[in-house]
Amino acid sequence: MKKIEAIIKPFKLDEVREALSEAGVSGLTVTESKGFGRQKGHTEHYRGAEYQVDFLPKIRVEVVVRDDQADAIVAKIAEAANTQKIGDGKIFVMDVADAVRIRTGERGEAAL
Amino acid sequence: MRNGISLAGAGRLVAATAALVTAGSASADELSAGDTAWMMTSTALVLLMTLPGLALFYGGLVRSKNVLSILMQCLISAGLVGVLWVVVGYSLSFGDGNAFVGGLDKLLLGHATPESLSGTIPEYVFVMFQGMFAIITPALMIGAFAERMRFAPYFAFIAIWVLVVYCPLAHMVWGGGMIGGDGWGALDFAGGLVVHMSSGFSAIAAALFLGPRKGHLKQPMPPHSLPLVVIGASLLWVGWFGFNAGSQLAADGTAGLAFLTTSTATSTAVLTWVIVEWLHQGKPTVLGAATAAVAGLVSITPACAFVTPGGSILVGLGGAVICYVFVMIVKPAAGYDDSLDVFGVHGIGGAWGALATGLFIAPFALPEGTSHGAQILIQLKSIGFTAVFAPVATLVILFALRAVFGSLRPTGENESVGLDQSEHNESAYIEAA
Repeated sequence: MKKIEAIIKPFKLDEVREALSEAGVSGLTVTESKGFGRQKGHTEHYRGAEYQVDFLPKIRVEVVVRDDQADAIVAKIAEAANTQKIGDGKIFVMDVADAVRIRTGERGEAAL
Repeated sequence: MRNGISLAGAGRLVAATAALVTAGSASADELSAGDTAWMMTSTALVLLMTLPGLALFYGGLVRSKNVLSILMQCLISAGLVGVLWVVVGYSLSFGDGNAFVGGLDKLLLGHATPESLSGTIPEYVFVMFQGMFAIITPALMIGAFAERMRFAPYFAFIAIWVLVVYCPLAHMVWGGGMIGGDGWGALDFAGGLVVHMSSGFSAIAAALFLGPRKGHLKQPMPPHSLPLVVIGASLLWVGWFGFNAGSQLAADGTAGLAFLTTSTATSTAVLTWVIVEWLHQGKPTVLGAATAAVAGLVSITPACAFVTPGGSILVGLGGAVICYVFVMIVKPAAGYDDSLDVFGVHGIGGAWGALATGLFIAPFALPEGTSHGAQILIQLKSIGFTAVFAPVATLVILFALRAVFGSLRPTGENESVGLDQSEHNESAYIEAA
């Protein structure tokens, strides 16, 4: 199993969710988050005081899938979240040792 | 009429006892229903300035962890000073006393009955109108030491400050003391000296005494809600019609003049600040426009019934430029933490307004036997006195309070957590479950 973690622009969430549904993903977790990469932040002015706002709002999408689905799903997310501009985000893929469906006790891929 | 115009607030009281008849309105010892209705309305408008006007204006400017502490400090000013005023404050301001402070002859308003008149309105209404001024003045100072004063010392501070600084100044300027019409002859129609300079110059003393907020100039402390700031500033503008035009204590032509100049000067200040900021900073900001409105309102306060409509434009223009320089340039350069610019807006704007009252005084408002130049010197003298008296008295109070309370500030940890939780066990914004 692989966990795919995508940091995307907030307004791209709907498109990413639809793309994942089409790819057969049956569930996912979304978290509002903040961060910065090459996009950096912006400055704001309040009565002459200049503040550098480093952390920009982002959305973190987490989904766990079978090994054989992972490449296709990463490609789907990358396509749906792309605006061709800096700040589009990143996708990370990592191995998952096990999974448990709490209600039934099923384990491994059966729990996904 | 000239007498009625040249003396603000209680000056009209004096005119009344001299049995002067105001042109076009009821004779001075007769109740006027029109004046009374307007003064009751004005009184409510002045309360609106503190609650919720100033509370939201300051509350929006602080970080979200301290917004409740600001609302509470404003609320308790209405609670504490509202009682103190009736018990002793009114007597110390408008009682028979000496050149500095009123006497104790009007404690608990024991002297008054429903028949007692102050000019053409019930004295009870005059007491409440003036009481609303006493409530907002200490609350104006909150902005200078926002986010870093514990509630208990704040409570004691404003109680003592109102009795030691506000009441004597109100007496000196409006209650027959040494600065106003019965003394030097300084003109302060609605409180440039008594309200804005006194709070602004006391505020800078308190800000320096308490020291800067933890992280000042090192970490960003942007306002947590500009919409609240704009709502607050807008309510201040609305309430200020009562503050200024109500200070005539009658619904007459002079009140009409004050009504007009109040808004005209404020509009001018907003326009001026926005253009200056646009040129100087590249973008016109909402916070700048809201600050400008308050700067304009403060500037016109002492002058509102003494200048022509054209003069009020000059008062608002000058106030915007001078306050802009203090807020945007002088404060950042000097590095002091007058957190919400009480000194830069109320202290400096009030001083400018008091000076502008002399500079731009209309011929009809110049007291008989006084030259234009002489009036300007009188205004400067009154500004100088207030600029020294208020902060010195404030520092004496704060040193005394520190001897009693220990530090007036929260612990470092509590300051980081925020005063809402550490002082009040509450949070303003609770996440949905």
